[in-house]
Amino acid sequence: MPTPIHLDYLDRLEAEAIHILREVAGQFERPALLFSGGKDSIALTRLAEKAFRPGKFPFPLVHVDTGHNFEEVIAFRDKLAAQLGEKLIVRKVEDTIRERGLREPGGKYPSRNPLQTYTLLDVIEEFEFDACIGGARRDEEKARAKERIFSVRDEFGQWDPRRQRPELWNIYNGRIQKGENVRVFPISNWTELDVWNYIQRENIELPEIYFSHERECVVLPSGQLLGLSEHLHLDETDEIVSRRVRFRTVGDSTCTAAVESDATTIDDIIQDILVAKVSERGATRLDDNLSETGMEDRKRNGYF
Amino acid sequence: MDLLRFITCGSVDDGKSTLIGRLLYDSDSVSLDVLATLEKKRNATNGDAVDLALLTDGLKAEREQGITIDVAHKYFTTPRRKFIITDAPGHVQYTRNMVTGASNADLAIVLVDARQGVIEQTRRHTLLASLLGIRHFVLAVNKLDLVGYDEQIFNKIVADYQAIADYLKINNVVAIPMSALNGDNVVRPSKHLAWYSGPSLLAHLESVPAAADANPHEPRFQVQYVIRPQTEALPDYRGYAGRIQSGVYRVGDRVRILPSGLETVLKAIEVGQKEVTLAEAPQAVVLHLRDDIDVSRGDSIVPVSGHPSVVRELEATLCWMDERPLRAGRKLLVQHHSAVVKASVTAILQKTNIETYESMGTDEAKLNDIVRVRLKTAIPLVADEYRQNRQTGAFILVDDQTGATLAAGLVTATDPEYFTQEVPVEPAFSI
Ligand SMILES: Nc1nc2c(ncn2[C@@H]2O[C@H](COP(=O)(O)OP(=O)(O)O)[C@@H](O)[C@H]2O)c(=O)[nH]1
Repeated sequence: MPTPIHLDYLDRLEAEAIHILREVAGQFERPALLFSGGKDSIALTRLAEKAFRPGKFPFPLVHVDTGHNFEEVIAFRDKLAAQLGEKLIVRKVEDTIRERGLREPGGKYPSRNPLQTYTLLDVIEEFEFDACIGGARRDEEKARAKERIFSVRDEFGQWDPRRQRPELWNIYNGRIQKGENVRVFPISNWTELDVWNYIQRENIELPEIYFSHERECVVLPSGQLLGLSEHLHLDETDEIVSRRVRFRTVGDSTCTAAVESDATTIDDIIQDILVAKVSERGATRLDDNLSETGMEDRKRNGYF
Repeated sequence: MDLLRFITCGSVDDGKSTLIGRLLYDSDSVSLDVLATLEKKRNATNGDAVDLALLTDGLKAEREQGITIDVAHKYFTTPRRKFIITDAPGHVQYTRNMVTGASNADLAIVLVDARQGVIEQTRRHTLLASLLGIRHFVLAVNKLDLVGYDEQIFNKIVADYQAIADYLKINNVVAIPMSALNGDNVVRPSKHLAWYSGPSLLAHLESVPAAADANPHEPRFQVQYVIRPQTEALPDYRGYAGRIQSGVYRVGDRVRILPSGLETVLKAIEVGQKEVTLAEAPQAVVLHLRDDIDVSRGDSIVPVSGHPSVVRELEATLCWMDERPLRAGRKLLVQHHSAVVKASVTAILQKTNIETYESMGTDEAKLNDIVRVRLKTAIPLVADEYRQNRQTGAFILVDDQTGATLAAGLVTATDPEYFTQEVPVEPAFSI
């Protein structure tokens, strides 16, 4: 029997994500949506609109701010939260560093990404969040390929790959004991390209840094480009160039490389991706390359 | 472009990881930096070849032990389809992972080593995949290079497998000879297999009807969340948000709310804040009812005719997934999608030997056992039989203390007339 509506793969991924978001709303008392200002979390807010409008989101947006973010991203974050009319909670890594007496990362390109974990755990404790929704995708990295959609963490935020709950059909078990919380990944089954196709289809606005622009960059020994910022500790050996670049992920500006590109529209970006074939993390995240199991180690320790 | 979800099953060393690696590699789905990591390993492991298996073996522990222990997901896209691969482990102690992977798959690739042919594991994987309701099977006869690409050997394996498929009433088996290592017939046809005229594996995966192809079920919808803005602009808005589990809903349909049994009419359907006249599975929608009646999370909104059963006692097949065995009398929770009810296992009726397919009496279910049980629930459950509906016939059992997922459950009978007759072991106590 032919079906009356043709649903394509994006419709199916969208329906799955909305279903997951509504399960969070139905199962938890104090959920939160972790919002980074990046394209994946922006796409999540669109999905949340589809899941809950004309009602309000049943969760606030929470941003763990490394303090190393690009200004454009922070401005965009505030604008989007205002447009949505939803509550935005911001907690800063630098406050955590001060309160906990942690050491600022050193080196020429000091990344605060590893310290985000502390701030995240603190904000979870402060608001007693029982579920945190995030925009991670399984195709990002091979340790993530085994992550559940509802991922139970202990009070230290730790993830134990051997103790994961089996996740059957599309039945999501979010039952937890005191102290535990759940990380929820509604777009687990999306790839980078799927997200871009969705952004295009839904006409979703993004921060300017995703599109080609002229920027002063430092050339790293690997040949990768880092956007110039006050957070880098440069010396005279560093080569500074001006290039047309865009960013494929946004986050800590000290460890998020820029790629040379003339892509000024989403169409251009999709073309770039189809041609480029360098996976997103490999191309732009400097910290995962440190060790082959970098992501897995950080996940065990409660990293998102 | 549509979407196909498939699971790969095979025993250790049949070449499952190599096969998935080959699919990704030959369909140009491996990114340059991942390739570079593989290149680095080239000399250390396999002499000269790139070890394609490294593309799928994700976790440290697995790398250390050299086996795949959990369910991993891989994605690739061709101009015709997006594919989601679920890679589940083969060992018998990971039956639960295989069941987990199969629960979401539209198609199963059952891998066989041409030198060994059909073995016990093949029987086990095929039973589990068919139990979980997968309708399309690919018998991938791998390592044909090691048997001289012999057609006779292939034919013999196909015949052996067909006997299993016939027994399990699987009528969609496509057998494909291949060498994952050399890339014969995985993505590209091979000159070594000139005697084979069928499609390569990828060609078949691209053309097999996807999940989307048919949606023959009765309409089913369960409420996940009630949207009530209660603002000045929208004082009376009340929408029932949920996913259409099966079938098609149209504005104007007469519907019944279950378990309460109240009847009303579908006044409006919204998809992504737009009103539509009809919607179908698996769309996420908001339904509006003509009458102001009490409906909450977990309730079902279904047609007045052909509605699911509303029961407090049912029979189900379980795949037990907990270390601690299940015994009759155990109290736990049934999570039936968005409905959670207290329940008790009143009897364990029989256990299926997943290699010989024989049933025998038992009084407990151990980790990875497939058993038939009878359940009683504290409040009514709105369910169909699993073989009628893979959505509304599925549930999980949850430990009410720890929250752990204890079992996958498939509703086998809701009508006492069809319950298993002899109860070989008396329940210790019942609710
Ligand atoms: N000759 C040959 N060897 C293969 C073939 N497929 C896999 N292998 C080898 O069989 C071994 C096990 O393969 P692997 O993919 O790790 O198996 P898995 O345990 O099923 O994932 C490896 O040494 C592979 O190189 C094939 O088609 N022909």
